[in-house]
Amino acid sequence: MVVETQIKRFDSIELESGVVIHSVDIAYETYGTLNAAKSNAILVVHAFSGDAHAAGVSADGQRGWWENMIGPGKGFDTDKYFVICTNVLGGCKGTTGPISINPATGQRYGMSFPVVTIGDMVRAQKMLVESLGIKRLLSVAGGSMGGMQVLEWAVSHPESVASAIPIASTARHSAQQIAFNEVGRQAIMADPDWNGGEYYDSKPPARGLSVARMVGHITYMSDASMREKFGRRQREDNGIFEVESYLRYRGSQFVDRFDANSYLYITKAMDLFDLANGAQSLVPVLNKTRTRFLVISFTSDWLYPSYQSLEIVNALRRRNQDVAYIELTSSYGHDAFLVEVDEQAELITGFLARTMKENSRA
Amino acid sequence: MKGEHGPLVHELFGRGDYGLISEIVEPGSCVLDLGCGEGELLAWLADNKNVDARGVEISPAKLQKAIARGVSAYQGDIESCLADYPDKAFDYVLLSQTLQEVRYPKQVMQDILRVGRRAIIAFPNFGHYKVRLAHLLNGRAPKTKLFPYDWYDSPNIHFLTVDDFEILAARERWQIERRYFLSGTKEIKAMPNLLAEVAVFVVSHA
Repeated sequence: MVVETQIKRFDSIELESGVVIHSVDIAYETYGTLNAAKSNAILVVHAFSGDAHAAGVSADGQRGWWENMIGPGKGFDTDKYFVICTNVLGGCKGTTGPISINPATGQRYGMSFPVVTIGDMVRAQKMLVESLGIKRLLSVAGGSMGGMQVLEWAVSHPESVASAIPIASTARHSAQQIAFNEVGRQAIMADPDWNGGEYYDSKPPARGLSVARMVGHITYMSDASMREKFGRRQREDNGIFEVESYLRYRGSQFVDRFDANSYLYITKAMDLFDLANGAQSLVPVLNKTRTRFLVISFTSDWLYPSYQSLEIVNALRRRNQDVAYIELTSSYGHDAFLVEVDEQAELITGFLARTMKENSRA
Repeated sequence: MKGEHGPLVHELFGRGDYGLISEIVEPGSCVLDLGCGEGELLAWLADNKNVDARGVEISPAKLQKAIARGVSAYQGDIESCLADYPDKAFDYVLLSQTLQEVRYPKQVMQDILRVGRRAIIAFPNFGHYKVRLAHLLNGRAPKTKLFPYDWYDSPNIHFLTVDDFEILAARERWQIERRYFLSGTKEIKAMPNLLAEVAVFVVSHA
């Protein structure tokens, strides 16, 4: 199916900080058909560098980032469900972010863009979902930073979410996760082309952004998957290691599709996210939700290790809330949530079918 | 009803109509199945008795199937998972054919009776006459249909009988609300300690 990203403009959005952004664009795509009762809508939320193009193929031939999971007969079966995906606030793929024009100045925001949070991303998604006439989502699902938004949905809009699927995610970043993000940010800011975020009229900080992405890709893989994919093999043409070549390629490719300032803002939003708002225990904040949960983690994911998923699961169990949890075996590291399709599709299919059934009964 | 849920499902469901379990579990209740396997029982209870079905399973392969059935199952170990649940979280806690496998059965029973209003406990009866005969005649660790393992690879680490359970229940002041004794799919009415292959107790706090 050929899909096209839509843009919807809203007058304004008030952020958690109280700051108001005027004239906000939200980029989104939808797949499948909303039923008459508007009870089959699922919001899929993307990870750090994702966008609204989650499924299908765009006019220029790009496959959606979760194309293997969303579509007819797939895990998120578009024959049954109406699936929505939006680009996050602060992003650079159609939704308002640092690269957008500030209507007050006529200039791009750059570093004058206000600090946004995971909660703000969810506020923007809520606006879009409501504008489609949907009061209650059957599910919100996503991996990594997407999982953080899923958790935020469940606690800030418990009445609007029947079920939640956070995958390879966490209720708050650990020091290690913040550390990797900080290396990425420093790589960008150390590039003279970054120029305090004022580069839109000259050349972007390609070197810095590329190095930041290289660090990211290391954390998304595992020792085993790197050994298997590259080993110590060297390229014949230039003699560099395959793994070096791969990271350089991924880094340079990223520069063409991502805005360095968005990198700074979005990684900061991830680091600032704390579902427990600074409290030690997640139990009180999860008190509010009656949402069903399916939590998934992966054995080789050392960036978002299973103990972080278990913290969420155990807090839900302490509240006696409805939660399914599985740690899937995979050697793909954090990337597993995009790669291990069959197991996830089977789990999600059953989970959604049961949720749909219980919802129609309620 | 196929799969590897174990004898509780097979014995209780052996009547072909889920008769016994259907009789015990009230509609709309919240049920925790410890060692839920592939979740057949819980899925059936959810579909037919509108039960809020929760499970615990240690095997990832079985857990995968249970969740795929829409059962809210959690990957965990029976002996350590119960501590997290609040008091009286469940109307029923099911423990099928596992009491003889846990390291501290009394502690597990106490935990179950803390988190559940009622426990439904099924276990193989080591007092069954065939087990007694196998031991008496062969002079070796009994190996029967009920206890099919060699001593060195058996998951069973405690060998309890119907009477053993009754005595512990009396000592701990657990109230046995109902008892069912089964041999194959047949219900045993007399001399259960000798004739029952499987005992099923519905237990609550006194």
